Amino acid sequence: MALRFEVLGRFNRARAAQLTLPHFACQTPLFMPVGTQGIFYTQWHFAYIFQVSLLHLADITEKGVTFQSPVDGKPMLLTPEESIQIQNRIGADIIMALDDVVRTTITGPRIEEAMYRTLRWVDRCIAAHKRPHEQNLFGIVQGGLDPVLRYAIGGLAGGEDKDSFWRVVAQCTAALPEDKPRYVMGVGYPLDIVVCSALGADMYDCVYPTRTARFGTALVPEGVLKLKHNAMVNDTRPIDPTCACMVCKNYTRAYIHCLVTKDAMGSQLLSYHNLYYMLQLSRNLHSSIVEGRFVCDFLQKMFPKGDVPEWVCNAMDVAGIDISSCCSS
Amino acid sequence: MKFAVKALSSGKARAGVVHLGSCPSSIETPCLLLSTRKGLPIFISPDLLSSLPSPDSNLLQFSPLHFSEGPSPKTISSIGGLHQMVGLHEYGFAAVARDSIQCLPECGSTNKTGASFETPCGRRLIKPVEYMEMITSMKPNLWATLADEVPAWANNKRNKTSVDRTVKWLDECIARSPAGGAVFGSIVGGSNIEERKRCAQEVAVRNVSGYWIGGFGLGESMEERPSLLNAVTDNLPKDWPRMICGLGLPEEVLQGVAAGVDLFDSAYIYHLTIGGFALTFPLDRTEKIDYNYQLSDQGSDRTKINLRATVYRKDATPIVEDCCCYTCQNHTKAYINHLLNVHEMLAQILLEIHNTHHYLGFFRSIREAIKEGCFEQFQKKFVQSRREHLAADVVSV
Repeated sequence: MALRFEVLGRFNRARAAQLTLPHFACQTPLFMPVGTQGIFYTQWHFAYIFQVSLLHLADITEKGVTFQSPVDGKPMLLTPEESIQIQNRIGADIIMALDDVVRTTITGPRIEEAMYRTLRWVDRCIAAHKRPHEQNLFGIVQGGLDPVLRYAIGGLAGGEDKDSFWRVVAQCTAALPEDKPRYVMGVGYPLDIVVCSALGADMYDCVYPTRTARFGTALVPEGVLKLKHNAMVNDTRPIDPTCACMVCKNYTRAYIHCLVTKDAMGSQLLSYHNLYYMLQLSRNLHSSIVEGRFVCDFLQKMFPKGDVPEWVCNAMDVAGIDISSCCSS
Repeated sequence: MKFAVKALSSGKARAGVVHLGSCPSSIETPCLLLSTRKGLPIFISPDLLSSLPSPDSNLLQFSPLHFSEGPSPKTISSIGGLHQMVGLHEYGFAAVARDSIQCLPECGSTNKTGASFETPCGRRLIKPVEYMEMITSMKPNLWATLADEVPAWANNKRNKTSVDRTVKWLDECIARSPAGGAVFGSIVGGSNIEERKRCAQEVAVRNVSGYWIGGFGLGESMEERPSLLNAVTDNLPKDWPRMICGLGLPEEVLQGVAAGVDLFDSAYIYHLTIGGFALTFPLDRTEKIDYNYQLSDQGSDRTKINLRATVYRKDATPIVEDCCCYTCQNHTKAYINHLLNVHEMLAQILLEIHNTHHYLGFFRSIREAIKEGCFEQFQKKFVQSRREHLAADVVSV
């Protein structure tokens, strides 16, 4: 194995750990910025995770996945063996097995087919992996939302309702081995990350922070701040007075307002802040688990009136975390 | 602001030093003013700006019109001015109403009340009072007075009006001049030698700290430009700095330097960057002209390369082999080619860094040539070598 996962603290099911990879050491819970097409924020040092994100799935057979090339539109076949071969060459610290991904909202025999095929493909990926001492292969578990078939945490973040979503994550984290990191792909919103961490997940990735930045929205402890709004035009406060990032230390909402949606620099500055926010959230989750004071601070800032959504309350119940001080009812 | 001429070449080119209050170091001239949009580079993020050579890269240019839909002058004042607002406290800012990239003078709509510009927010008419309100709130280190610039084909009557108007607005701007901040008197005159001379003489007797030469890069030819420039600079005192807009290409910059201009803006870097081009022309002045250079047929010449070209798909070398810019130190042509193909903004960021770095190197070569007393040869050789490659091109096809 090319990683070390050492749990430093717990809060019921939540874990705070040290994750050591060949190119990087970090602490979990961890949010990883998504760099589509190989782009990572130039100034930050990240171990690279590679994922094959299939845009237009044309056809799935036992051999592999046929999809449309994003470059020239021609059909391409990607087999489990080939996906591992590419990832071996790229050299990422963590590589993903090729899975047969289905939308969680479908029902019927296709879910079972996907689950078993994913398992067969994981075996093929393991066999094809030529660099097990330098690169960690993560298995992806599929199976839709059917609790009987579910073992792991892929295929979510695709439009299922929050109540189903947290239950699947809860079931997976309960069933997966304790001593290995659990990565919930495509999650997500800060609130979702807090809940999943409470349920025992460790790693996350999502396009949300950077995508929402491009639309002029900043992430703040209270939720979101829409910089495009006319109310911002003469607001001389920083985006988030509690944030220590380069953007909040140097720029006002008024200035960012005049940039967003008009100049590339606006997207850049907001992306910077949003990513910083997510990393700070990860750091806070880690230390609050270690210090035994998990979750309530975050919920109180986001829901000052105590209107915590029901799905969050239910999830925290299962996670064994008392959030009664944050809820009004 | 302080300015001093330090060296002269045999013609009128001069090397000097300008010192601005906010910059810790003096800046040598001739120098390049970096283009900005609303005070920040178009693509280079603030944290990467410091990777550019300093203090060469510390002078930035902006137009107050960038903020015509932005924070009000009152808000900008309460923030503390432009330096505070964009978080670049140790940089020098030059304010000029015209921006060769996106605030272009629109002389048809200019009238006696104000100057008209085509901007991303539509056509804007700006009056001297409004202009000075913005200057006062933004507190740039130096600023040009409001000018009425006309293109090279304007008729004599319109041209004469533009000179009268520009001088009148100069007086109005000076009257409202804030404390601190150096005033650069604007000089126009189109492509009429007499009007150029007249305007320069009028402005030369005003109480200003420097001169801004406008109306170039608006249709005049390369051939007629030197005499028009000289008509201006011959009538200006030697000890004050001269700034110009609209001379973007290397050959045009050389014309400006030869006429005794000290500060230049340029839209060249921007246009190269958005076109996917990277500058590669040799900066080493001792390099021999290579007649055997194999021209690629993909839009490359010895000046620049087109990184969209498929020939770079697998080129794992930096844009310029011994370039020490962030882009060349960290990334390859293949990577930038990929970024361009998948429409990632990082391509423009990396290209703007390299192109700015390279162009600043060009200005450094100019200064060295002046100090060594051989600027005229430098200019001749540079222009000649570029023409030779174009000629070789024609022959080889």
